[in-house]
Amino acid sequence: MPSDNSTIIHVQDLIKHYKKADKSAVDGVSFDVAAGSFFALLGPNGAGKTTTISVLTTTLSKTSGEVTIDGYDVETQATEVRSRIGIIFQNPSLDLNLTAEENVRLHAILYGVASYRPTYSLMPDSYKKKVDELADILDITKDLHKPIKTFSGGMKRKLEIIRSLIHNPSVLFWMNPPRDSTPRAEGICGLTCKISRKKHNMTIFLTTHYLEEAEGADQVCVMNHGKIVAHGSPAQLKSSMIKNYVSIKAKDMEGLTRELAKKKISFTNREKSIDIACTDSKIHGLLKSIDTPITSVQIHTPSLEEAYLEIIGEKIQTT
Amino acid sequence: MRDIQAILTIASRDFTKLLRDRMRIIIGLIFPFVFVGVLGGSLQANLSQDAGFDFMYFVFTGVIAQTLFQSTAAGIISLIEDKENDYSQELFVAPISRQAILIGKILGETLVSYTQLIGILVMGLVFGIVFSPSELVMILVAGLLCAFLGGAFGVIIMANMNNQRSANQIFPFLLFPQFFLSGVFTPIKELPPYLFILSRIAPMTYAVDFLRSIYYAGKPEYDKVVLHSTSYNLSAIIIFSLIFISLGTYLFIKNERNK
Repeated sequence: MPSDNSTIIHVQDLIKHYKKADKSAVDGVSFDVAAGSFFALLGPNGAGKTTTISVLTTTLSKTSGEVTIDGYDVETQATEVRSRIGIIFQNPSLDLNLTAEENVRLHAILYGVASYRPTYSLMPDSYKKKVDELADILDITKDLHKPIKTFSGGMKRKLEIIRSLIHNPSVLFWMNPPRDSTPRAEGICGLTCKISRKKHNMTIFLTTHYLEEAEGADQVCVMNHGKIVAHGSPAQLKSSMIKNYVSIKAKDMEGLTRELAKKKISFTNREKSIDIACTDSKIHGLLKSIDTPITSVQIHTPSLEEAYLEIIGEKIQTT
Repeated sequence: MRDIQAILTIASRDFTKLLRDRMRIIIGLIFPFVFVGVLGGSLQANLSQDAGFDFMYFVFTGVIAQTLFQSTAAGIISLIEDKENDYSQELFVAPISRQAILIGKILGETLVSYTQLIGILVMGLVFGIVFSPSELVMILVAGLLCAFLGGAFGVIIMANMNNQRSANQIFPFLLFPQFFLSGVFTPIKELPPYLFILSRIAPMTYAVDFLRSIYYAGKPEYDKVVLHSTSYNLSAIIIFSLIFISLGTYLFIKNERNK
C-alpha cells in the first residue's frame, strides 16, 4: 500500500525478468512518488528505465513486487490505472492516416472525455475548447485539421502532448523525450505540463538520458543495471556526491601553494590553477585568509550531470 | 458504456482510413471482376448443365460470403501493422477492455468489407445477376455474420503473429485453401474423405453455406446447393467465433504483456 496519502506511485521490490534473459532487467526496485511532483528516472541505456515504466503503464507484466498508482494495482486493476495516466511515448504513436484533431478525438473518446461523434463539428463545446486551448499553447492551431503525414517530428511530439493531456491524467509519463522536439528554453516542466500541473495537481514521471531535463525535478531516481543507485532531490544528489570548490590563480603560484600548505588548507594543484574544496558560505572567509595576491577566482558548482556521472561511474551514452 | 464508445470509434477509424485510401477502394472494386466475371463465367459455360442449377448465382453468393469473410479477416491482421507503427501502444494503454479493441476492429473491417460488396453487386448486374430487394436485404444481413466470423478468424491468426512479414506469408496459406474447401466456386457435397474432413473444419464453409441457405431458402435448387440447415450453420458460426475471439484475446494479451 502507498506509504501515505500524498503518494501517487508506489513501487516496492519490483523485479522483472524477461523470459529469455540471463539476469533481471529490473532487480528489486522500490520508490514512491508524491502526488503533484515532478519525478525523473535517470539512467544510461539498458539501466531498466523503460522496463520500469512499461510495468507502471500496464503494458508489461512484472515478475514480482508491488506496484500501485493512486492506490490501484497495475496488474489487477489495470483499467483504473489506465484511466488515470497519460503517456507520451518514446516513438510517436499517432495514426498517420488521420488528421491531428482526429487523433486527439479518438483518444478523448477512448478515455471517456466525450461520446463518439463522427466529425469535429458534432463534438461537445467542452472538448473543442480544450483542444483549441492546448493547440494554441503549442502553436499548432492552424494545422489541427490537417493530415499528420506531413507533420515534422516536433509537430508530432506537440500533438502527442495535447493528446496525453486531453483527459486530465493524474500522472503523465514522459518517455525519453528526444532532444530536438521540445522547446529547450522552456524545458519539460515549463511547457504544457505547467498548465496541467497547476490546474490538476498532475504528477510528471519522466525517463531520460538527458540530465538537464531532470535539473527541475523535485525527485530524481538514478538507475543502473536494474537497480536504483541514487535517489533524492537534484540538490541532495549534487551535495552528496560532489563538493563545491573554488579554483584560484595567482602570479606567484609557488608562493600561493607554500602559503596554503603553511596554513594547512588542503588543495589540489592543477597546472595553471589551484582547486580548494569549499562550501558557498565559507568562500569569503577562505579568500580573506589568503595573503598571496590572487589574480582569478572561479567558484565551481557541480551540475547534476557531473553528479550523475559520478553516481553511475561510467560515461553515459546519449541517443 | 465506455467500451461501446470505444468500439464505435475504433470501427470508425478503420472506415475513415479506407475512405482516404483510393488505391484500396479501386482494388476492392476490381477484385470481384476476377472472381465473378472470369471464374463464374467459365464455370457457367462448362459445368452448369450437369449441375442442374445456375452456376453464376451459386458462385456469386459464394463470392459474397467469401469476400466479407476474407476482407474482414485481412483487416484484423492490420493490427500487426499498428504494432509495427507503434500506434497499437495508444490502443493498448487505453482504459477499455481488450475485447472492445478487437470487436471494434472487427466491426470497422466489416464496414470496410461491405464497400467491396458494391463492386460485386455491380459486377453481378453486368453478368445479369439480379436480386429482388428482399433477397438483397437478406443477403446483406446474413453477410454480417460471414464478416464477423472472418474477423474472429483474423483475431486468432493475428494473436499468433509477431510481425507483418510472417502474417503476409502465413495468412494466404490459411485462407486460400478455404476458397476451394468451402465450396465458393464448386459444390462440395461429394468429396473424398480427407477433403470432406478438411472442408468441414474450414470456418469459411459455414459462412458460405449460411449465406446460401438464406438465399436459396424456398427455392427448388436448395437441396442441390445447400449443405446444412440455417440453424446448423448459425450454431457453427457462433461457436467458431466465440472460440476464436476468446482464445485469440487470451493469446493476444499474453503475448503482449508476458515477455
